[in-house]
Amino acid sequence: MSETPDTLVEPALARTPLDALHRELGARLVPFAGYDMPVQYPTGILKEHLHTRSQAGLFDVSHMGQLRLCGRAADAAAAAAALETLVPGDLLGLAPGRMRYTLLLNDGGGILDDLMVTNAGDHLFVVVNAACKHADLAHLQERLGDRVAIEVLADRALLALQGPAAAAVLARFVPAAAAMPFMSYAEARLRGIPVLLTRSGYTGEDGYEISVADDRAETVARLLLAEPEVAPIGLGARDSLRLEAGLCLYGHDIDRTTTPVEAGLSWTLGRRRRSEGGFPGFATIRDHLDHGPTRRRVGLRPDGRAPAREGTGIVDGGGRPLGHVTSGGFGPTVGGPIAMGYVASAGATPDTPVTLVVRGKPLPARVVTLPFVRQNYYRG
Amino acid sequence: MSLIKFTKDHEWIRVEGEVGTVGITNHAQHALGDIVFVELPEIGREVVQGGEAAVVESVKAASEVYAPVDGEVIAVNQALIEEPARVNTDPQGDGWFFRLTIADPAQLEALMDETAYQSHLEDLA
Repeated sequence: MSETPDTLVEPALARTPLDALHRELGARLVPFAGYDMPVQYPTGILKEHLHTRSQAGLFDVSHMGQLRLCGRAADAAAAAAALETLVPGDLLGLAPGRMRYTLLLNDGGGILDDLMVTNAGDHLFVVVNAACKHADLAHLQERLGDRVAIEVLADRALLALQGPAAAAVLARFVPAAAAMPFMSYAEARLRGIPVLLTRSGYTGEDGYEISVADDRAETVARLLLAEPEVAPIGLGARDSLRLEAGLCLYGHDIDRTTTPVEAGLSWTLGRRRRSEGGFPGFATIRDHLDHGPTRRRVGLRPDGRAPAREGTGIVDGGGRPLGHVTSGGFGPTVGGPIAMGYVASAGATPDTPVTLVVRGKPLPARVVTLPFVRQNYYRG
Repeated sequence: MSLIKFTKDHEWIRVEGEVGTVGITNHAQHALGDIVFVELPEIGREVVQGGEAAVVESVKAASEVYAPVDGEVIAVNQALIEEPARVNTDPQGDGWFFRLTIADPAQLEALMDETAYQSHLEDLA
């Protein structure tokens, strides 16, 4: 039997503040973005996935980058104006205590990273991908360093509590958390421990991300895990949950070669920003908006049971290439194989039949609307 | 009386006369995690020792299953198509993959017995 990639050894991995807890819980640790991260616990990915959809899961996402951007003003407007020169989201329109998903773009409109930006009142709180955080920081320093003080919150852990029971669980410790709107931010205390809460996540479920000082992270994790609804969940289920929810994984579904319009992320382009521009790659993105891109990210549903993994070729009925799968696997809630990929725009209409070439064999599939499962975000 | 032998790549073969039944070991199923798909060889296919004979996919990744010896596939475990999780629950029983006629019994000599396989696993740990 061939080896799976996670058995390969890589040197000098960083550990998150929850490393000892992961080991105690029996996690299988794998290298991810330079960190030793739990891919699964003894429960296994399938059950962890289904548990998150039915109750609540606790994820360690401390490998992600947490930044604070401060402009030379008492509010976050100066930092927002500066950051708007690098992203297409409407950050000036972001009220205090609200957050937005946006994209760092290059001059061709390609995506350097996807990130969450929160107006924390007197500064912006920014969360970026682990694998991109060093490059992002260099990019922000170079482009904004003269106007904005950029602080890396290197001594903070990040936990995600996700699932339909997340709000009830967190409200036992922070009653105000239950009424937080989706995509909002609050500073709070959890059993006396200062935490930064956002009502957000990467699973398609209601839930929170909890930023907490390194040395208090394990205490917070143990408090949450002691609640009957909560189970520890690894990166394996995080990936299958986000794929079912139709959410992009940077470096796979989006990268420097994909624009927001191609990626189906036009909704992140603020209305004012679409007309005014003032962000990298505006000309290309405006052209994609006006005339349509030549390819689009779509959902794919293979017939049968064989998963189509990243890199699988997508062809039309005549065998002509349409594109490639960028994320693919098994959706535990769907109960079958699911994938996302890019296809020529003409073939991007839902229900278009396509063929996936898996191990040299044609596998019938069809284009479907994303997400694969209903998103269950909190709507008040 | 049957004889069971193991490969370093974590396949097992149970030998009964000229017929071998092939699957993956408990160690392999545990390392893979939840198995969601199995692709089995066609009956009549000639497989060669160390060559790809089947595919097993977990939630995370696809892995190849190699033929422990040369032979012709004479049966496959159709139950795995509908219930791939049988590989997790009973890897060395109900979770078998395929049966073949053993072309060259001498090839079995190079495989490990249970004791040797266990120490191979200890070396990997």
